[in-house]
Amino acid sequence: MTELLLRFLIGGAVVSLFAAIGDLLRPKSFAGLFGAAPSVALATLALAVRSNGALYTSLEGRSMIAGSVAMFVYAYAVSCVMMRGTRSALCVTAWAMPLWFGAAGLLWLVWLR
Amino acid sequence: MQIKIDTSAWKQTGWHEYALRFLFGGTVTCLAGIIATQYGPVVGGVFLAFPAIFPASVTLIQKHEERKKTEHGLKGERRARQVASVEAAGTAMGSAGLVTFGLIVWQMMPKYGAVLVIASATLCWGLVALVMWLAHKRI
Repeated sequence: MTELLLRFLIGGAVVSLFAAIGDLLRPKSFAGLFGAAPSVALATLALAVRSNGALYTSLEGRSMIAGSVAMFVYAYAVSCVMMRGTRSALCVTAWAMPLWFGAAGLLWLVWLR
Repeated sequence: MQIKIDTSAWKQTGWHEYALRFLFGGTVTCLAGIIATQYGPVVGGVFLAFPAIFPASVTLIQKHEERKKTEHGLKGERRARQVASVEAAGTAMGSAGLVTFGLIVWQMMPKYGAVLVIASATLCWGLVALVMWLAHKRI
């Protein structure tokens, strides 16, 4: 329970920090780079090394590559739809979320499993 | 195009928006940990690149841009969508940096100290993301 709370606090703080830095920067395309900051990874990996060791963390790093490719597919799709469509950002990001799960799942099936 | 720092964006963001980001970030980090414990590091690791605050960030940017235009008596829906789209394109470019981060952790973690690996991976994430952005600007 203590570790979960620690995870929540560290994760929340790191994610908020990267988001706040992104808010400050112009142009927006540059600020967008911080949307793909390794915030969750930074909060998780430091704790994972301590409790599970280096090999476990290394495997998490390999799987993270699949998640990152899925992130590219998802963000690129959102960008295209937002530029051409008429839907709100909340609607588009929510409806496109299965793309992240689909791309990550596909990479897990063909590469990681 | 020059990179600039604009602190006025911090004033536009309300405390509840910061709280929402903290909540999203903390929850996703906890979920990633729970999934890794339950299903192992191969499945759990995928969620280290989950778009934790991307939906919230893009939504906030669209909202702020719309508000800015409305204050000037303009209808800013289309412009706000375009700004949100540009931010999302930046995130897509940044995901190349995230791939590099994962690659470095994967290859270096069993051989070197954790602090060195995580610091190097973070530095390389920034460099690759910056190079991708500069390359995109040149095209």
